[in-house]
Amino acid sequence: MARFLLRRVSFALVLLVCTSSAALFLTRLAPGDVTSQLGPFAPRAEVDATRARFDLDRTPVVQWGRWVFRAVRLDFGDSFLYNRPVGPLVVRAAGNTAVLAVAALIISTVLGIGLGIFTGSRRAGWMPACVRGVSIFFVSVPPLLMSLILVFIAARTRWLPTTGMLSPGVVDPSWPAWMADVAWHLVLPALALALPIAAVFERLQSQSMSEAVGQPFLLAAIARGVPASDLVWRHAWRVSIRPICGVYGLVIGSLLSGSFIVEFVTAWPGIGRLMYEALRARDIYLVSACAAAGAAFLAFGTLLGDLLLAAADPRVREELDA
Amino acid sequence: MRIAGAVLLGIIVLAACAAPWLAPNPPNRRFADLLYAPPTRIHAGDDMGRPHVHALRIVSRLERRFAEDATSHVPLRWFSDGVLVTADPDNGAPLLLLGADPYGRDRFSRLLYGSRATLALGALATLVATLIGALVGGVAGYAGGRLDSLLSRTSEFVVVLPAIYVTLALRAVMPLVLPGSTIFLLLLAIFALLGWPMVARGVRAIVLVEREREYAVAARAAGAGATRLLIRHLLPAAGGYLRTQASLLLPAFILAESTMSYVGLGFPDTTPTWGTMLQDASNVAMLGDTPWSLAPAAAIFMVVLGVNLMVQSTGRAPVQLER
Repeated sequence: MARFLLRRVSFALVLLVCTSSAALFLTRLAPGDVTSQLGPFAPRAEVDATRARFDLDRTPVVQWGRWVFRAVRLDFGDSFLYNRPVGPLVVRAAGNTAVLAVAALIISTVLGIGLGIFTGSRRAGWMPACVRGVSIFFVSVPPLLMSLILVFIAARTRWLPTTGMLSPGVVDPSWPAWMADVAWHLVLPALALALPIAAVFERLQSQSMSEAVGQPFLLAAIARGVPASDLVWRHAWRVSIRPICGVYGLVIGSLLSGSFIVEFVTAWPGIGRLMYEALRARDIYLVSACAAAGAAFLAFGTLLGDLLLAAADPRVREELDA
Repeated sequence: MRIAGAVLLGIIVLAACAAPWLAPNPPNRRFADLLYAPPTRIHAGDDMGRPHVHALRIVSRLERRFAEDATSHVPLRWFSDGVLVTADPDNGAPLLLLGADPYGRDRFSRLLYGSRATLALGALATLVATLIGALVGGVAGYAGGRLDSLLSRTSEFVVVLPAIYVTLALRAVMPLVLPGSTIFLLLLAIFALLGWPMVARGVRAIVLVEREREYAVAARAAGAGATRLLIRHLLPAAGGYLRTQASLLLPAFILAESTMSYVGLGFPDTTPTWGTMLQDASNVAMLGDTPWSLAPAAAIFMVVLGVNLMVQSTGRAPVQLER
């Protein structure tokens, strides 16, 4: 297990270096640079000084070398857009994205698995049929559409705030008030991100549950007199959870791409938005740091998914140790 | 279910092909003083029993309120000017089935025309990604050795990249303003580049197993060369898998186009696509009053639903994920 973790973490580190370096080179080679943000009337001297400050007067390779040299000491360069070190900026934005992603993951897991067990364990009746229909519908409504629809509903009814993370005009609130405000703003983006995934989970869980229910070991459990609720929740569920664990890593990956568009639609100040702003302004170090954060997010997600799969399936555990 | 999905997709593709005949107005024609106009209401019969519309007059520009001019009486014109149905666009009474967008263009016509770029890009990117994936995966699985490990490492590497960020970055390093056809090719290349590795990994695993099977050995013994063996015998075994992958890629690519266009890195506004049209919905203040600006969202939903319905009945879980 330790060896497996070590291998994965070192692979993730290599990936991080590769993506952020690639982002740096791409942004550097793109037409235009940050000095275009100074406007057309900037004096030559200021443009040159800005270029020098961001190492834009050197060749890309030298710039990359200096950037790596500084990054080793945890100095990831300065952002032009925000005029401050990119480290804290990216950490803050990544934190916001993580809050959104974790909230969405919790909602979709609880909702999807719960409903999936419900529809998978009883086939007849109108309730399971309804849930099934709704989830087939929701599977086809990706986060882009879901967030627009929810924003539309919220704009019409004024039930929920549609943009941002905090109410405007609130200055320096107390901790509990701040938390409540953020949570209130979180509802819409988290739902937009979670509902399509919940539908995927529901379908998967329902399918594997109905397969598990038909197996002989459950018949044996019934014969032993195990009560019906235990039958579903303890016996069948343990077997049927495996497919979900299998896609969990993928889902965590898809959360990242989903969260980009949800952040964009609902103005949630996450890493996706920051990356987009940085790319448009050619804010070179901010782009690299955002790319690294995205890669780290993904690597962490797939690792978590694999560990979950290992926890649910002993055969996978053996593979990991090998 | 499967038939319903196929019918749904068929209707959409047909509508896209027949856009010039179905669209009541040209997609980029701007109707003055009809910005944000609501959908035209069609009134049932007049004294001669023909369906007709009334001209729209703007009442308040500030509130964007419109009223029908009951004195005007414009019967629908069928099969005139080479289109199925239209009203009288030259005299201020165009037929706007889904209202007008912020520039006063017919949203319904743009939706029809927009389906062409969106669907063509999605379908072509799916085709290219699947083809490259099948070839690379087939060669890797068949050849083995150093070539296999090189190709496998490459595909593994691309798979773990955060695709949405790579798409953004690759698109953003190009000049931001480009003509529609250049954008089409650029997005096609990016999507294909990011899409093939998933396909290749599965195909490689299948070919790896299949090449040891009796029929493959027999074909080799009968003198089939590597190319023939791969294309005629081994890759067909991966056909089901390829279809499955294609059904995952198509919605993902359509969505990717919409996402890129929505954030302003996709097609220019003069090229109608579902993504550029969705931009109208980004104005939260307007969205509450103009639900019809969500029409492209409904169109995207129908395509995804159609694909999912077609896949559903094959017994596979409808997992559609992109990274």
